[in-house]
Amino acid sequence: MELFRIKKDIPFMSYGRLTTTISLITFIIAVLFLSIKGLNLGVDFTGGTLMEVSYSHPADIDKIRQVMDKIDLKDTTVQNFGTSKDVLIRLPIRQDLSIAQLSEKVSAALIESDKDTKIQRVESVGSQVGEELYANGALALLLVCFGIIAYLALRFEWRFAVAAIIANMHDVIIILGFFAFFQWEFNLTVLAAILAVLGYSVNESVVVFDRVRENFKKMRKANVVEVIDNAITRTMSRTVITHLMTQTMVCSMLFFGGETLHNFALALTIGILFGIYSSVLVACPVAMWLGVSQRNLVPDQSKEDTSQEINP
Amino acid sequence: MNQYPKWKYGLVLVAIFIGLIYSIPNFFGESPAVQIMPTKSSDKLDLSILASIEGSLKEANLPFDGIVQEPNGIKIKFANPDNQLKAKDILQNALGANYVIALNLVSKSPSWLSKIGAIPMYLGLDLRGGVHFLLQVDMKAASEQAAESNLNDFRMTLRKERISYIGASRLNEIVKLQFDSQEDLEKAKKLIKVNYPDLMVNESSVGKDKALDISMSEMGKKKIQEFALKQNLQTLHNRINELGVAEPIIQQQGLDRIVVQLPGVQDTAKAKEILGRTATLEIRLVDEDKTDIATLESAQKGNAPFGDDLFKDRDGRPILVKKNVLLTGERITDAGPGVDQQSGRSVVHVTLDGRGSNIFKQVTRENVGKRLAILLVEKGQTEVVTAPVIQQEIGGGRVQISGMNSPQEATDISLLLRAGALAAPMQIIEERTVGPSMGEENIKRGVHSTLWGFAAISIMMIIYYMAFGGVSIFALAVNLLLLVALLSIIQATLTLPGLAAIALALGMAIDANVLINERIREELRNGNTPQASIHAGYDRAFDTILDSNVTTLIAGLALFMFGTGPIKGFAVVHVLGILTSMFSAILVSRALVNIMYGYRRKIDKLSIGQIYRPKED
Repeated sequence: MELFRIKKDIPFMSYGRLTTTISLITFIIAVLFLSIKGLNLGVDFTGGTLMEVSYSHPADIDKIRQVMDKIDLKDTTVQNFGTSKDVLIRLPIRQDLSIAQLSEKVSAALIESDKDTKIQRVESVGSQVGEELYANGALALLLVCFGIIAYLALRFEWRFAVAAIIANMHDVIIILGFFAFFQWEFNLTVLAAILAVLGYSVNESVVVFDRVRENFKKMRKANVVEVIDNAITRTMSRTVITHLMTQTMVCSMLFFGGETLHNFALALTIGILFGIYSSVLVACPVAMWLGVSQRNLVPDQSKEDTSQEINP
Repeated sequence: MNQYPKWKYGLVLVAIFIGLIYSIPNFFGESPAVQIMPTKSSDKLDLSILASIEGSLKEANLPFDGIVQEPNGIKIKFANPDNQLKAKDILQNALGANYVIALNLVSKSPSWLSKIGAIPMYLGLDLRGGVHFLLQVDMKAASEQAAESNLNDFRMTLRKERISYIGASRLNEIVKLQFDSQEDLEKAKKLIKVNYPDLMVNESSVGKDKALDISMSEMGKKKIQEFALKQNLQTLHNRINELGVAEPIIQQQGLDRIVVQLPGVQDTAKAKEILGRTATLEIRLVDEDKTDIATLESAQKGNAPFGDDLFKDRDGRPILVKKNVLLTGERITDAGPGVDQQSGRSVVHVTLDGRGSNIFKQVTRENVGKRLAILLVEKGQTEVVTAPVIQQEIGGGRVQISGMNSPQEATDISLLLRAGALAAPMQIIEERTVGPSMGEENIKRGVHSTLWGFAAISIMMIIYYMAFGGVSIFALAVNLLLLVALLSIIQATLTLPGLAAIALALGMAIDANVLINERIREELRNGNTPQASIHAGYDRAFDTILDSNVTTLIAGLALFMFGTGPIKGFAVVHVLGILTSMFSAILVSRALVNIMYGYRRKIDKLSIGQIYRPKED
């Protein structure tokens, strides 16, 4: 089977303005949602307590709310989680109770009201820890960006590095935009997914850039646009197949991974879908506009012929 | 051209073999077990108890599947959790307080595997259930406690050296000593500077009195904080040991935090109580001059005489005790229950360390005929356990505390004293609890995600790339095998995000093989011979694979550096997955392709699926 039966190179770069404009618009929309709605940060970042409780019968949400009111915890959200028998309770940080006391108080009250209550999971994070996790998350994101820029600049050229990071940061912002729009919970696991996606989509750009570099060496008569068009066309099949495979795995997580992995898989899905688009159709035009040329990548023209065979 | 030297095939075979051996234990599952450890971690397990263990189990008619001896204790396997629980109670009664009996799980894999170090992956709390606490040590309180103890030391030293002072007090971390004359002040200053090099001494004045402000240097403070943390770690170790938890983790994190992980513990309330318990022993003098009823009555109304505290003894009688603490629980090296040979009543035997013995000797010598109060401070409540009259000077640091109501109480109090006090109070700032059924559910979810994803990818790859797809899937399977084996060998903590990372690693690792296969197709399309296409395909794809893996590696390392808990678990698997995928996607798949095609003279066609060749216009 061969999915891609392409006769000629597709003139991707002539759509460059269009594809980047589409990207820019999605980017702006994402930023808008982020600034208007904001992220629904999980207890990992805000501090607070999250309790997952299960019953052998369908849970009575109203009754649980009454129990919370009775022990004077007003700002509690109680909702179903996955099935009708599982309930998620969220409690903000309290000044008068330590996090250790808070979870004990709630579980004692719940078990008293219904012997069948099973506390499946408790996550309590103090405000200080939450702030640190938030800061560390931001720091990790920065470090990944700089690490990737440095590596690409070293291995290729700064223009490629900048283009790749612009394309992929735009993916990150779009993932965040989705999380803001749908108010999905943003926790540590989602952050891990985003960083993984960042590394993964840069792959995409790397594969295309690798081909661009190779083409510059081989297609000496072609201009920059032709070189890039050819590189994208030739790698297109690989791009789509690879993403299809990775997405298959992610879908499996989405179906079988349960609630905990749900948002993780969602972030990966959005990241993979936009990653295909941006790492090819945004990174390449940006690299082109930054002025990538044969001279940047193949510095010594005399060595050109011998360098055709790339040996590991 | 597509032939490997023999050693490369050998390398691949050896890797697969090792991978198989070290990943096998994960498939055997675990059986419930009871773990027996000596109560004091310094003690060695006495193997003679094996006979008594077997005896008591036989007596109770409890069948067991085997006994495993390990450096940290004996594990006895049982067929089901019911027998495990019963056995725990029986053994606890049979062996007594010198052994801790904990519930644990033991791998069902054959013992020869365990002998060569092949053990299952180490599951994190979110997969096996348990409690995780992050504790913040209150360093300010540690410094203040140190200042308070200095204050007591100064009082004693000044009195001993006959330097008269008119006041000694503490404000936060600063101790203030007031003097009448400059001469006394100078003497005291010299004394302190010689005996306490870590302290800073400044002169100041209170009204017309001269005073010394004694504060800690930054170095000294740091030392105290380090000590406090170490002491707290040790105390937690002891306490958790008493709790009977198999494989607890108690680690320092940063400068002022401690991570405690208790696998399998469900009773979080009890765990919190034990972690937070701050029982400590204080030895002070009873104020013998103020035992008249009038003073006691006025003290009970809240007017305790200056320099005294009012407490109650075990019978509820009020008693006035001097504020000056002579000794604290820190100086105790050992404590154990016992029986007084004369009265036959329960007592606690306490052994003091060198400095503690000296102080105790001096105090008892100077106060013969007076009463010594032994106080137990727990949860902010102070109780006079006993207040015996000092008969004679007591040297050697062995002290017997009477006044216990029962042997059980003697045991409890000696446990408390032995486990020690916290050098500084701690607060739980993070708590994560996962129930056992949730842990199992999480394992199921992670494993199902991986397996179904793997199956779907396999089908798609084989349909699209035919035999080369099969080779890719074989390489991917080897990748999974090596990753599981590697995780088992290094015993990295596997969490649910870690399981997700395994799935993701497979989903991403296939990229390398897709790259190679596409390259080979392209070479064929360009009219190259099959052998040359295979060679060029692998060679050309290598650079790209390397580049793309390095960027993924950067992301993984950043996650590892800044992640905590489950995220660190994700990062470890992510990074290892990249490394194993490099090996399997390039070396293993190439070896297989070489075996399939490399030794044939003539190949008409590669089984890599249909290749479309555009017709030339």
